[in-house]
Amino acid sequence: MESFSLILAIVVITALAFDFTNGFHDTANAMATTISTGAMKPKIAVAMSAVLNLVGAFLSVEVANTISKGLVDESGIQPEVIFAALVGAILWNLLTWLVGLPSSSSHALMGGLLGATVASAGFGAVHGGTLITNVLIPALAAPLVAGIAATVGARITYKLGSKTEEQTAKKGYRAGQIASAALVSLAHGTNDAQKTMGVITLALVTGGVLVPDSDPPVWVIASAGLAIALGTYLGGWRIIRTMGKGLTDLQPQQGFAAQTSAATVILASSHLGFSLSTTHSVSGAVMGAGLGRKGGVVRWSTAGRMLVAWLLTLPAAALVAAGAEYVTQQGTWGTVLVAVFLVGSSLAIWLLSRREVVDHTNVNHVEEDGVVADAVAAVTPPPTVALEEELDRVMPSQAIGSPAAAGEKPVTTAAKV
Amino acid sequence: MKIDWAALGSVFGVSLVATVLLVGLFTLGIAGLSQKEKAARTGGSAPLAVTGAYLCFAACAAAVAFGIYLIVA
Repeated sequence: MESFSLILAIVVITALAFDFTNGFHDTANAMATTISTGAMKPKIAVAMSAVLNLVGAFLSVEVANTISKGLVDESGIQPEVIFAALVGAILWNLLTWLVGLPSSSSHALMGGLLGATVASAGFGAVHGGTLITNVLIPALAAPLVAGIAATVGARITYKLGSKTEEQTAKKGYRAGQIASAALVSLAHGTNDAQKTMGVITLALVTGGVLVPDSDPPVWVIASAGLAIALGTYLGGWRIIRTMGKGLTDLQPQQGFAAQTSAATVILASSHLGFSLSTTHSVSGAVMGAGLGRKGGVVRWSTAGRMLVAWLLTLPAAALVAAGAEYVTQQGTWGTVLVAVFLVGSSLAIWLLSRREVVDHTNVNHVEEDGVVADAVAAVTPPPTVALEEELDRVMPSQAIGSPAAAGEKPVTTAAKV
Repeated sequence: MKIDWAALGSVFGVSLVATVLLVGLFTLGIAGLSQKEKAARTGGSAPLAVTGAYLCFAACAAAVAFGIYLIVA
């Protein structure tokens, strides 16, 4: 490792930051059903998932040779473009986490690369057909495949297990859920940490630190594994809540059917040449399992919001990344500006999340309206309250409990507000 | 633009069959253990149910091992 330019250092750090968001965004995939059915205590569940993610990162030596899955021409890509792509992906991940919606981190990364590449090299560097075959079709297919398998699985387990003693069943399904959740965690560590390793390696190659086609250095593997494990351990509790409680109410049988179906779909898809997103598979499996019980209900409004988020992932990340790429092209100050913007917006999103904290203590508490509505309401302050506070500030003695008094001085209020 | 319907179809088929088999076997295993406990309460035993249960769980464990093999390979 010789000269490490500033931009390269920034790209590596940003890639690790993306890996971190990837970790806590996707904890829900492995652990939401396990946590919501009470099979594992929340903290223990995320700790187990984190360890398995770390192990998974070291398991496979197969390098993620194409990070964009052929969506863009990666041959002439510059570190600045990768940086801009990561900015788009990170911000989208944080935003969807804030409102508690599961969305695919790979799609966010692909969207970011798409936007940044278009901004730097034009539309010619994008392979349009791949957009449909590798992004759109899998996004529709994954929840359907996993959902149908989970529905049938849940039906069968209720049918076959109808005479089982409750105590035995509870213990049994707990073990089953833990096993399938562990598999999903392991697969996630292998796939998603690889993605970050691929990004960093690509940046190091384009920056001239590594020769083309080299394997990721050990420090890259270790840091990528650690970043995703840390993120996982932090736990994206908002998304876990949506996935485990918001979409439907899961009993242990359903949680087991859902997680088994998700694990099967993820492994089958990545080995039969039609890769499907983990997030989409798990969400579909949870809904499918919800429908698999007699009287089970899926909250379609939450599912609908989730679908909208999925459709927006690519274009939204692409737009932010394109903007970021445009600014970085202006020179070093542009890159620094984008970095400052990234840190600032991340901080702002985190501060917004503190308005209504979701953590391991309240991850399973849900009101009837559905969790996503709650999360959205919590981060967008209701205008009436804000107005009342404002009135209170402007006219302390009259504002509360005296609408007539408030109405008497509309001019003053308007002028001061 | 070419959508690999064959690959998608096989993902669907394999996932459906594997999920149903695994969930079914596991549920049968649990049912078998439940039989044992019922029998134990009346002082009897249910050797057939217990053997069946362990066979089911063994098959599930083998599937998990195969899953780990797929991840590593």
